[in-house]
Amino acid sequence: MAEITLRGVTKVFADRTEAVHSLDLDVPDGKLIVLVGPSGCGKTTVLRMIAGLEDLSGGTIAIGDRVMNEVPPGDRDIAMVFQNYALYPHMTVYQNMALSLKIRKLGKEEMRRRVDEAAEILHLQELLHKRPRELSGGQRQRVAMGRAIVRQPQAFLMDEPLSNLDAKLRVQMRAEILRIQREFQVTTVYVTHDQTEAMTLGDLVVVLRRGELQQVGSPDELYTRPVNLFVGGFIGSPAMNLAEARFTTEHGAAFVEFGGHRLVIPPETLAAKPGLAAFEGRSVIVGIRPEDMDDAALVSGHLPDARIPIVVDLKEGMGSDVYLHFTIDAPPVVTEDTRELASDIGEKALDELHEQASERRSTFVARVSPETTASVGRSCDLHVETRKLYFFDPATGRSIDGDLEAGSLHAASALAD
Amino acid sequence: MKTVEAPERIEAPRGAPAPRSVVRYRVRRISYTTLMYVLLLALCSLILLPAGWMLTAALKPDVAPVFTPTPEWFPTEFWEWDNFRRVLTESMPFLRYMINTMTIVIANILGVILSCSIVGFAFARLRFRGSKVLFYILIVTMLIPWQALMVPQFLFFTEIGLYGTYLPLILPSFTGTAFFIFLIRQYMRTIPRDLDDAARVDGLNTWQIFWRIILPLSTPVLTVCAVFTFLSSWNNLLGPLIYLDSEEKFTVAIGLANLVTRADTPWNLTMAANLVSILPTVIVYFFVQKKLIGGIASVGLKG
Repeated sequence: MAEITLRGVTKVFADRTEAVHSLDLDVPDGKLIVLVGPSGCGKTTVLRMIAGLEDLSGGTIAIGDRVMNEVPPGDRDIAMVFQNYALYPHMTVYQNMALSLKIRKLGKEEMRRRVDEAAEILHLQELLHKRPRELSGGQRQRVAMGRAIVRQPQAFLMDEPLSNLDAKLRVQMRAEILRIQREFQVTTVYVTHDQTEAMTLGDLVVVLRRGELQQVGSPDELYTRPVNLFVGGFIGSPAMNLAEARFTTEHGAAFVEFGGHRLVIPPETLAAKPGLAAFEGRSVIVGIRPEDMDDAALVSGHLPDARIPIVVDLKEGMGSDVYLHFTIDAPPVVTEDTRELASDIGEKALDELHEQASERRSTFVARVSPETTASVGRSCDLHVETRKLYFFDPATGRSIDGDLEAGSLHAASALAD
Repeated sequence: MKTVEAPERIEAPRGAPAPRSVVRYRVRRISYTTLMYVLLLALCSLILLPAGWMLTAALKPDVAPVFTPTPEWFPTEFWEWDNFRRVLTESMPFLRYMINTMTIVIANILGVILSCSIVGFAFARLRFRGSKVLFYILIVTMLIPWQALMVPQFLFFTEIGLYGTYLPLILPSFTGTAFFIFLIRQYMRTIPRDLDDAARVDGLNTWQIFWRIILPLSTPVLTVCAVFTFLSSWNNLLGPLIYLDSEEKFTVAIGLANLVTRADTPWNLTMAANLVSILPTVIVYFFVQKKLIGGIASVGLKG
């Protein structure tokens, strides 16, 4: 077991694209850290550099006390699980799992023992004599895990290991990975595109964007205190609703106004976000998470001016929740961050963002309790949990919160201790 | 068979074809299949005809004319099985020739597989400066006909004292063949790169990746190369003719050629020897055909 330390790690590819820019990162011993971000953010490159499959253009990578920059992958004492599993097609499951031990010239009996042990943990005993093509996707995934386990390495590196599985299996294997990681207490770096995976698996989550670190923190911290618009928009599903708003004060009370709606900002929120005062009379970006809204008829004892009247455009029943889609007469927030977030969802989402911007309207989603009587085409009142509003600086995209970044880095190092 | 007429009376379910068209469809399908089989059989016998004639000619006694104005498909005088024994033991040391040829063939296959797979691997999987240029140069060498190299090669091998040995017929294959290198490279490029990465993390070095991962996965294309090499060196007449000088070193191809003389060629014996010489090729094809067809399909090679 060992910690992994990245200092000023930079990767510039032959075509001069900078995939990773001066990245500092500490992966605490025995913890599972998730690298997450949209496609092309450099997360896989970082992982491959830790594995030694990609050379560094600058900086150092250390595993334990040893700087690994020039050490070949096989000597780094790490194991990697690949997105498409990369099982050797001409070898049986047993041979696949045993190859690395064979190369290390381990005794036959020890090899057998270790493979059997891993096979038992992963329920692969019956499959040891089969070849990869005879296995289902889930079984292949388990073999890939087994290949990593038998090594008893200092660190696991996982490159989107679940992305080729169907949804149900993914949930199951996610739990499995977590169980194994907890059991062996192996330092793990896990790359994913899926923020649900990031939130459920990670002791620490690292959000990357265009090769730059955005925020490191516990899943809870990223959710409740995103450092900028990008992290705020990326973490959470459905995504945070964002609108350009005006921040005003009147008779000692603070308000935020957007699309003809006006919400009172409770004093405790103001106190928690001292940076907000500087924005008086100016525009800010307000963020409301879908789960921080509910059908006003179902909320008792709510704060004054915490309601917005809406007309439901679309109602999606999820069983446990109901998603209400509605339109706000305010243009959507179009910045580098939101454009990138939209284009990560797809070309269509980006077009929609621009279309809504030109029509000066935006779509919000509220996640309300299933008891709601709201129906499509009808108006209803939504209650907004104003104590959980998010504010961002429209010029920089940074969270208006006080000195948050330092805070979150501090938290990360606290966890490391 | 009582139900045969039933469709006429029962109302057909909506959407199903009317009974008459069903019958017409069946008739059409059966006649189509029959026609196809007749055509295929005709083609097949056309292709087999020369081979059949060869067999009957091989079984004719010495006195019977082999060439007749209208070919004798089923001659009146034949079943002279002794022809085979005679040609294999009396006309030439056939077994000796067979062993000689096999030696050359096996050495050639080994050489081609070893040299071409290593070079193909380097071109397909390793990143090194100038690999593209080198590869194009290699491709260009495919345009040089062997006939153009014949004389310089002969002078070279004579100079270093290898004339009269098998080495001039074997050594070139150990130095790689552009076409096979090309085939192997194309095939190896299709093997996912993640396997190399996984192997590297597992602690394999480049040589081990080649030997343990890439080579075993390339068996289809290696089979293709092996079979092509087998055919070309089994059938090679000119090479052995140039370099071999004593009868005990001759190959089957030379032996067959020697049977044909300006006058008095024993055609029945020649045909018998030819038939026997085809056998190894047929046997090899029989065993590897599945892999060969798979391999040819996978490397995108036709005909």
